[in-house]
Amino acid sequence: MNISDIIKPENKVYAKSRLLLDREMHYCPGCSHGTVHKIIAETIDELNIQEQVIGISPVGCAVLAYDYIDIDWQEAAHGRAPALATAIKRLYPEKYVFTYQGDGDLASIGTGEIVHACNRGDNITVIFVNNAIYGMTGGQMAPTTLEGMKTATTPRGRSHISSGFPMKITEMLALLPGVVYATRQSVDTPAAERKAKKSVIKAFKSQKLKKGTSFIEIVSTCNSGWKMTPVEANTWMRENMFPVFPPGDVKDETGL
Amino acid sequence: MAEKILLKGNEAIAMAAIRCGCDGYFGYPITPQSEILETLMEKDPETDTGMIVLQAESEVAAINMLYGGAGCGKKVMTSSSSPGISLMTEGISYIAGAELPCVIVDIMRGGPGLGTIQPAQSDYFQITKGGGHGDYRTIILAPASVQEMNDFVELSFDLAFKYKTPVIILSDGVIGQMMEKVELSPVKPRWTDEEIVKLHGDWASTGKTPDRKRNIVTSLDLDPHRQEQFNLKLQEKYAEIERSEVRYESLLCEDAEYLIIAYGLSARVSQKAMELAREEGIKVGLIRPVTLFPYPYEIIEKLVPQVKGILVVEMSAGQMTEDVSLAVRRRVPLYFHGRTGGMLPSPEDVLKLLGSIENGTFESADVQGHKKIWLR
Amino acid sequence: MAVKGVIEVDVELCKGCGVCIVNCPTGTIALSRQVNGKGYNYSYMEDPENCTGCTNCAVVCPDTVITVYRVKI
Repeated sequence: MNISDIIKPENKVYAKSRLLLDREMHYCPGCSHGTVHKIIAETIDELNIQEQVIGISPVGCAVLAYDYIDIDWQEAAHGRAPALATAIKRLYPEKYVFTYQGDGDLASIGTGEIVHACNRGDNITVIFVNNAIYGMTGGQMAPTTLEGMKTATTPRGRSHISSGFPMKITEMLALLPGVVYATRQSVDTPAAERKAKKSVIKAFKSQKLKKGTSFIEIVSTCNSGWKMTPVEANTWMRENMFPVFPPGDVKDETGL
Repeated sequence: MAEKILLKGNEAIAMAAIRCGCDGYFGYPITPQSEILETLMEKDPETDTGMIVLQAESEVAAINMLYGGAGCGKKVMTSSSSPGISLMTEGISYIAGAELPCVIVDIMRGGPGLGTIQPAQSDYFQITKGGGHGDYRTIILAPASVQEMNDFVELSFDLAFKYKTPVIILSDGVIGQMMEKVELSPVKPRWTDEEIVKLHGDWASTGKTPDRKRNIVTSLDLDPHRQEQFNLKLQEKYAEIERSEVRYESLLCEDAEYLIIAYGLSARVSQKAMELAREEGIKVGLIRPVTLFPYPYEIIEKLVPQVKGILVVEMSAGQMTEDVSLAVRRRVPLYFHGRTGGMLPSPEDVLKLLGSIENGTFESADVQGHKKIWLR
Repeated sequence: MAVKGVIEVDVELCKGCGVCIVNCPTGTIALSRQVNGKGYNYSYMEDPENCTGCTNCAVVCPDTVITVYRVKI
């Protein structure tokens, strides 16, 4: 059988989601953001909720997320995405509202907003991309940077004596009664990506239950910031990030 | 006959918000404006008009809730007092940059820092000259009575949506706290989603429908050419506001030989002083700027040739005086009287200063807080 | 029942990160010696006979440049 005989519409088993816009992403080769964007686009398409979704992009590498997924967006000030989401959801309780935030945005400058949005149990979905570093500004220490990890602002490695410990945001937020679903996923392998997508689908579905905030951490790579190849970065992540940020559900009271 | 009731200035703001069809209020307690949030919570408009009222975790969150709410086309407002407004300035810059309509109330108290909870007008620079980063302006309305606290809420929303810009009601702790009779505004229903689109266009992020491109609310454009074009567009908008929206009150200026310029509470005090001065035969007029941006430079410029001196009265160390001096341009002696730290100017002191201007003893007058800006 | 797959790579959008290669269970994919317009060595089916159309490569591709076809044979 020739290749040209197989490349026919009826044989297509995987193609880019129609909600992923036809433009080249600005992310570095191998960056996890692209994979997470794909998951969100596919989720919105499969749930058929494009007309009801409002996304909120952060400050950081994903600031331009609105260039890639074909939905309405708002771009928030650094760390404030959950405050926007709270207002949008209160004013439009039947819409689906999600924030997309990195570790600098959510776990450093935006801790106040995320804690209180979760504590109010706002029926929003939070996608938290944790790659343990500030990507856009050039690889500085994040709250989630591992101990000993070298960054532009911890050139001799992060020490908890001067800079504190890697912050386990998902576990912290799971303690709040307002959070109905808190999970940690990754997108480094096909199996992990499929599992992460199931979590995102569950998180969006749970907005309809009005039981509280759904929070998904995606442990991710920043191969440029980490100064590794994309493939090395995935391996490094599994060996070094997972022991501190273990994948899996921390809390699931959705009943879904 | 319209409904007339006795209200605090802060309560009037809250009542006016509900009655003009506001969709959402997001605020954080701070003296001397907490009655706005408290009144809204007490009235519980959600059950009646559907208006959302939420106590935010900080002023920073509150102003970003405004960004979110305004970004989906809703009529949203917040209120705070000076230190809280300082925290909000980042968000106000973003809202101006994203060209979103919203209303922000600043019930000023004395500073700097934690300062005092007593009234002041020392946020003038912060509010009129931007406060946050970037080349933006906001429309600023300065009420001088509880009635205007009521009236300016709906006016602010009208201007905010007309120009897609934040509008700030700049008042002070006295007007916020004092009680006066108020004629309440007529009750208007909140806009439906269809009305928002019909009245103001389909720009808000409410969920992408097949008939339009996705709407993106952002203040970011990394392309310097486009960013400059955007800034030029903003400046043209502000120029249009300066051409069309100047508001002021002019009292007894026709035959005035001396002019007082003051806004808000200082204007009320000055009005009394003007009346007392006229009883003594000093012909004094009063210009009360109602919009602080756009500023009524033109009327001041027009009156300069007719007067012998101008006295600016403020509850600050002379912030608005700089705007007055732009209009006066050293053509006539300019004097300043200001109280700070929560102290108020009195009609008696203003009267004393008017007398001392007339008889040339201004500099030695026995009044706290006065200086000549320049003599001819 | 055996299956036969084919992948189609949008060469100009591929950044040659190689994540698809390590996640291909049948060793089908490799980076080309040639580069695309941006200078990246792009992914291609080095060994087309091996492809089962499992979609793993497309699923993990951060830039979603891979389309997968599959037939039963």
